[in-house]
Amino acid sequence: MTDAEVTRQFKQVTCTINGKKRTAIVDVRASLTDMLRDDYRLTSVKKGCEVGECGACTVLIDGEAFDSCIYLAIWADGKDIITLEGLEGPNGELSDIQQAFIDEAAIQCGFCSPGFILSAKEILDSGELYTDAELRKLLSGHLCRCTGYENILRAVKKTMYKRLGKQLPEVLIE
Amino acid sequence: MFIGKSVPRVDAHDKATGRTKYADDLCDKRAFIAKILHAPVAHAYVKSIDISEAEQVPGVVKVLTCFDVPEQPFPTAGHPWSTDPSHQDIADRHLLTRHVRYYGDDVAAVVAEDEVAAVRALKKIKVEYEELPFVLDAQEAMKDGAPLLHKKFPNNILKHTSSSQGNYEEAIKEPGLIRVEGWYDTPTVQHCHIENAVCFAYQENEKTVVVASTQIPHIVRRVIGQALGIPWGDVRVIKPYIGGGFGNKQDVLYEPLCAWLSRQVGGRLVKLECTREETFRNNRVRHAIHSHIISYVRPDGTLVARKLEAFSNQGAYASHGHAIAAKGMGAFARLYPCPNVECDAYTVFTNIQPGGAMRSYGMAQAGFANAAHTDDIAAALHMDPLELNRKILMKKGYVDNFYKLELYNDTFNQCLDKGAAWIDYERKHKEYEHQTGNIRRGIGVAPLWYNTAVWPISLETSSCRMVVNQDGSVQVQVGETEIGQGADTAYTQMTADTLGVPLEKVHVVSCQDTDVTPFGLGAYASRQTYTAGMAIRGCAEDLRDKILNVAYRYTRMQPYLMDIVDGNIIRTTDGRVLMSLGELATTALYDLENSIHLTMEKTTQIKSNAYSFGVCFAEVEVDIAMCKVKLLNIINVHDCGTLINPTLAKAQVEGGMSMGIGYALSECMLYDKKTGKLLNGNLLDYKLSTFMDHPHLEAQFVENPEPTSAYGTKALGEPPVVPVAPAIRAAIRQATGVPLYNVPMNPHQLFKRFSEEGLI
Repeated sequence: MTDAEVTRQFKQVTCTINGKKRTAIVDVRASLTDMLRDDYRLTSVKKGCEVGECGACTVLIDGEAFDSCIYLAIWADGKDIITLEGLEGPNGELSDIQQAFIDEAAIQCGFCSPGFILSAKEILDSGELYTDAELRKLLSGHLCRCTGYENILRAVKKTMYKRLGKQLPEVLIE
Repeated sequence: MFIGKSVPRVDAHDKATGRTKYADDLCDKRAFIAKILHAPVAHAYVKSIDISEAEQVPGVVKVLTCFDVPEQPFPTAGHPWSTDPSHQDIADRHLLTRHVRYYGDDVAAVVAEDEVAAVRALKKIKVEYEELPFVLDAQEAMKDGAPLLHKKFPNNILKHTSSSQGNYEEAIKEPGLIRVEGWYDTPTVQHCHIENAVCFAYQENEKTVVVASTQIPHIVRRVIGQALGIPWGDVRVIKPYIGGGFGNKQDVLYEPLCAWLSRQVGGRLVKLECTREETFRNNRVRHAIHSHIISYVRPDGTLVARKLEAFSNQGAYASHGHAIAAKGMGAFARLYPCPNVECDAYTVFTNIQPGGAMRSYGMAQAGFANAAHTDDIAAALHMDPLELNRKILMKKGYVDNFYKLELYNDTFNQCLDKGAAWIDYERKHKEYEHQTGNIRRGIGVAPLWYNTAVWPISLETSSCRMVVNQDGSVQVQVGETEIGQGADTAYTQMTADTLGVPLEKVHVVSCQDTDVTPFGLGAYASRQTYTAGMAIRGCAEDLRDKILNVAYRYTRMQPYLMDIVDGNIIRTTDGRVLMSLGELATTALYDLENSIHLTMEKTTQIKSNAYSFGVCFAEVEVDIAMCKVKLLNIINVHDCGTLINPTLAKAQVEGGMSMGIGYALSECMLYDKKTGKLLNGNLLDYKLSTFMDHPHLEAQFVENPEPTSAYGTKALGEPPVVPVAPAIRAAIRQATGVPLYNVPMNPHQLFKRFSEEGLI
């Protein structure tokens, strides 16, 4: 079959995005990143590599962090998807981890932040208390060139301790 | 007062909620997509291109080749323009090239209705090449008979400069001197900002509008004008928030090509977005530099005579060119002053992608060579490297006649004291001597020196506009850009303090639009808090004077008896609030007799410069059999003058340290010797620091306010990256006794050196 004969195929995808049931007709070759950015204009979903290396496009799918660039849009049918836009409350209230990213100066250029915040949400929602080494590993799917990761770790760790009602260690980062 | 306070970033909320729009987020989804055809050869002439099949691909709008582009070449460096032709950047680029000079060079472009059609069409373009021999190494490229990249540059030497002082040949005759010699090699590396370079262009009201992820919007406008041969005023460049730049976006990348492609399709909207692989292969890189240093020293460490030769691999096009190697050469003679010095720096074209600006602009390379060599001298003299550094580093009172600079404080000792205390240097250095066994620890130190801004090498100018709203809040615009470092927040704090208004009443307009924003040069040379600081202070003081003069009309108080404090016009003699700035702005604006809008615009030319300093201490554990280095502890101590925002300053240092750790231990672009092809141009195979690759990063400061600076500040953005690699290298040497001469100090390098030295 030549290129000219390739006809585009489309499929209907119905999923929950940031709490609302949504339906779109998508190109079967489209990534979830494409669908979220182009069809729903959820531009917090960033493109940094489009091959699952950098983590900038991370979204939560049924509560689990995924690189949406290597997740086909059609696989999202029936799934519950959360992007960074979905973390804000109806009156613009910030979630604890968003506030922590602001308070700890964990944001610089901000391009990796949406992905980091969503992975952090997955980590925090687990209710586990992780060591620094575990947190570093859990967050290592995200690349950041601005921060040296230091303040991101502080933000996640502080929020984790706060949620668990535990006293922060004297030396925050070992 | 807000300066010195760690107020939250003004852009943090929007970035934490995903509202911040970057270039691609702003592009209408109906945009045509442009894709570039990259040559699969390192050096060749394009003989012919057949686009007939590509044009038939459904969805293709237009296919253009190197035979269609304007004839005039253009420069790409993000330098201020010079009206003196001898100081202008080398114009050696075409929008698409008929002479392929590196593997991946741009020979044709497709504009299509969507990305799939564009990529399909690329595959249908047939190019006939006349292949030429190629050369990848700077010193090889200088040899007679080496393949020539640019006819105007014999032996591929873009530029060779020398500098000297004293008499090297005479000085080395002194009896009893110890000679120390070394070659220090640093690799080609990439910036790896997470947002790839992206731009889109369209015609509006007969202007070519380009929205670009760039650090230097006003310079991009000028270069687009030059490249397309159109009046500069016909070009409008808009810079929204950008996802990092680190110097790569201090070059003009594909903005001119995108503008030209848009004009070739009737001014329709065209988007050109680099893939990650294109960012690696076709954007700029940090120059690989071979540095050869010879020092003659007395047994007590006194430097008697020194010589430096540096060979900088420019790659295929001039870009920032010799400025990088020359800056390193300048640092050599200054960081460790010596009466007799000879320096030669060569910048050489080769068939790899062009080197440009990258965070620290040549100093990561020169800093490594210079500090590593000092460590070698210490080893030769059996001296503690810290003691030697204290002895030979630039001292308080040092005067630099070229930059008209002075070291006003005992900065290096202050930084060294602080770093040594935190890392417990004295104890550990003693403890780690004479270790045996497979696992050994070491501790090392390295200093850095950096300039702030570029005067007197180039123009330094910054303009600021302030507009008071009816409620007494103020819009602030400068041409100096927010690229993630926190510039907008610093500008907010500066404006609030100088004008006398609350922080929340200052609205910095983050986006630069060359039709609207006053002229500025952009984010580079760690210049912005210094240069834009001066523009902001100058503008705010003039605006304050204007406001008080207008206030006289309504308060009948003499301007010199009034001040603006916390957004109110007060009488200084008794502190009484006379009216709020908002009341004044509203009254003055709607005055039926004499309406006045409280605005000010001012250009400030900066004819000074400031030294910035710092040190890094690193502690490592080396597994000799595994040839692996584990970084245990690391601290950078900087003197960047007054801290505008300590938390954000610390964050800058941490980011620079992370980049420095990657440079030291893992980052390196690999080119296939047989083809010239970049082998690891993606974020998986190119090893930048991940979350797991470093320990806690300790950042501290010594605050000596810079006397020449509007707010006491000087360079901080770039310096933190500089001392990290040589500090780690010194720590590895202490642990193993083996000096390393190649960055990155990865297992491959350690295996080679440990084998040579008989450790394994």
